[in-house]
Amino acid sequence: MDWFILQLLNGLDKGSAYALIALGLTLIFGTLGVVNFAHGALFMIGAFCAVTLSRLLSLSHQVVDETRTDFLGNPLKVDVPYAYDIFGETMGAAIIDWAVPLSILFAIPVMILIGVVMERGLIKHFYKRPHADQILVTFGLAIVLQEVIKYYYGANPIPTPAPSAFTGSFDFGAILGFEPGSIIYPYWRIIYFGFAAVIIGAVFAFLQFTTFGMVVRAGMADRETVGLLGINIDKRFTIMFGLAAAVAGLAGVMYTPINSPNYHMGMDFLVLSFVVVVVGGMGSLPGAVLAGFLLGILESFASMREVIDIIPGINQVIIYLVAIIILLTRPRGLMGRKGVMED
Amino acid sequence: MSKTNLTRRGVLQTGAVAGAGLALPTYLSAASHSGFTNAPGDSSVTLGFNVPQSGPYADEGADELRAYELAVEHLNGEGDGGMLPTFSSKALEGAGILGRKVEYVTGDTQTKSDAARASAKSMIEKDGAIMITGGSSSGVAVAVQALCQEAGVIFMAGLTHSNDTTGKDKKANGFRHFFNSYMSGAALAPILADNYGTDRKAYHLTADYNWGYTTEEAVRSSTEAMGWETVGQVLTPLTQTDFSSYITPVLQSDADVLVLNHYGGNMVNSLTNAVQFGLRDRVVNGKNFEIVVPLYSRLMARGAGANVKGIFGSTNWHWSLQDEGSKAFVKSFGTKYGFPPSQAAHTCYVQTLLYADAVQRAGSFAPCAVAEALEGFEFDGLGNGPTLYRAEDHQCFKDVLVVKGKENPTSEFDLLEIVEVTPVSQVTYAPDHPQFAGGSLGTCNNGA
Repeated sequence: MDWFILQLLNGLDKGSAYALIALGLTLIFGTLGVVNFAHGALFMIGAFCAVTLSRLLSLSHQVVDETRTDFLGNPLKVDVPYAYDIFGETMGAAIIDWAVPLSILFAIPVMILIGVVMERGLIKHFYKRPHADQILVTFGLAIVLQEVIKYYYGANPIPTPAPSAFTGSFDFGAILGFEPGSIIYPYWRIIYFGFAAVIIGAVFAFLQFTTFGMVVRAGMADRETVGLLGINIDKRFTIMFGLAAAVAGLAGVMYTPINSPNYHMGMDFLVLSFVVVVVGGMGSLPGAVLAGFLLGILESFASMREVIDIIPGINQVIIYLVAIIILLTRPRGLMGRKGVMED
Repeated sequence: MSKTNLTRRGVLQTGAVAGAGLALPTYLSAASHSGFTNAPGDSSVTLGFNVPQSGPYADEGADELRAYELAVEHLNGEGDGGMLPTFSSKALEGAGILGRKVEYVTGDTQTKSDAARASAKSMIEKDGAIMITGGSSSGVAVAVQALCQEAGVIFMAGLTHSNDTTGKDKKANGFRHFFNSYMSGAALAPILADNYGTDRKAYHLTADYNWGYTTEEAVRSSTEAMGWETVGQVLTPLTQTDFSSYITPVLQSDADVLVLNHYGGNMVNSLTNAVQFGLRDRVVNGKNFEIVVPLYSRLMARGAGANVKGIFGSTNWHWSLQDEGSKAFVKSFGTKYGFPPSQAAHTCYVQTLLYADAVQRAGSFAPCAVAEALEGFEFDGLGNGPTLYRAEDHQCFKDVLVVKGKENPTSEFDLLEIVEVTPVSQVTYAPDHPQFAGGSLGTCNNGA
């Protein structure tokens, strides 16, 4: 039973990232009708917002330590963060330690701005073009963005740890009556799952309970009629693009302590997230969330040695296999709407 | 219905004329190239540096390129000479190679076999490169080595650790200075036994490609030979980024050691995930749980950050070595670039010097003459102690370093500490060892 709970937790954790990225993807598709292959790059840029803030907070000046030598035998130059000078060593160290959570505040305006600029500057010119053109241009944009990041940050992963208070693991086993230590799960992954749940809930609440959200939903259902009522739906859709970029960016920020960010991390998630969107149903927000968690859990169980021993390689194909089965039985995906991508 | 007038004599005559016609350009070409591919002129010689300039190993490629530029500088008599004064062979005098100034062209392998072959082909055919060197992956090394064999140029491998490069995929025109998976296992096993005991249960997570297989095989056979039991083995996709679902079964098993046969981004992520899941704080079978990373790279250790602390692995070379050759190289590289060289930079620098030295000693750029000069060549002063380029498989045999993640690093480069310099005798194997079975060197190809 303990193995089941552990793999379920893993699945929920993986599903959190899939759901957050897929949510933004399907939001953009549902509002603007654009298949955005640059969405994974937005997830990656969010992660690099955390790297950037972490580096800004750690900006240092050098002090020569005569008692130690560097690799060339010269007196060692030790980096002393300016934060230590400004806030004192204890407070300065705490601020640097909390760089990832602080990056949330930094990433929200940055990601909204990037989203709006991306939509106004490039993507709006492709609204009436075929989906193939949209895929080509957004995929090209994704490559440009990742090469820019690689140029400035290098190709290697950059460690961006969670605050030291959250680096340990939580013992679920002791609480659930199992042997202590049998079900342990990292604090940060639990936080990530909780964070994803809050963001998903906030996006749904925003769309469901605000006037802005109501107009956006109406626009998703019938753009022309909403336009005829004198409502500038394009402006609202641009804001939704910025919002979707912020959701992807925040998913990236919080992901950095789980895996050290690198320039390629967006591409690693992109294809899976598209499968999630298609399985959930193009343009369906609940579908994206449901499919994200479903595929995350399935992938997690398929990675178990006992399963791989029975069906070798199943861990690598399970998501695509399930996608084929679902699309064969429900061509519009789990919660897809009639008429979407069917013209 | 048409009637054909084919006769035996007619076919033979036509065939002979056509054959002569086809052979003529080849004959003229061979004559103009002194009998081998890309024979240099009197003033300069071009080397081809094929390194990952884009893709996941671009930083490692950049370090390789720095080392190559330094080697060219030293070969041409510029700079401080680096390892030339410490190299036991005194054939090189800083006057180029056989009096020709060394020039170079670069290619981008992208860490993709097809791209690496294309860039190597371009450097050979368009730029006239007489030797190809570099790379950060065994897949690329094997692919480019085969191309160089066909083209008739020498291939001096860069960072490639799979047994197959000088095992089943070895080629007469290819040479490897870097160590291999077998050597990692042979060097690591006694240290692991000393530190963790001989009664251990190991679980392997292995990258699902050629290098992963050979590394797992090598570490398994070495550790099992000293009493360890392998209780689990799972292949992980090369594209995997989150290893949590592969780590949790380890928690459920009775393993007390996790061996991560991963490199690059895979290693950074799997190690980070393993530490996140508290594996290093666990006690299983009454013993502290341990993690082992068979192949360490400083550039990768930087990515994993504090997670590497106290974790054993092996490496080909490290900048903190105190022999005269290493000190000279670190000083030269550090003065020029401001930081110490990586093991990838070291092996690439050394390979360039070894090639140049072999040409100088052979008195010819002809690949077969160079290969003959390298085969069985014994040397010292290049950072790994006395070394042999074995004739049977073109693999260098030298000391191997066992390292451990440093507890208190003083800088971002000071991440590993040397635990032991494993003597060459302990990592030497017979040319027909089962882990290197299959394949043959074949015969040297001069091309042209």
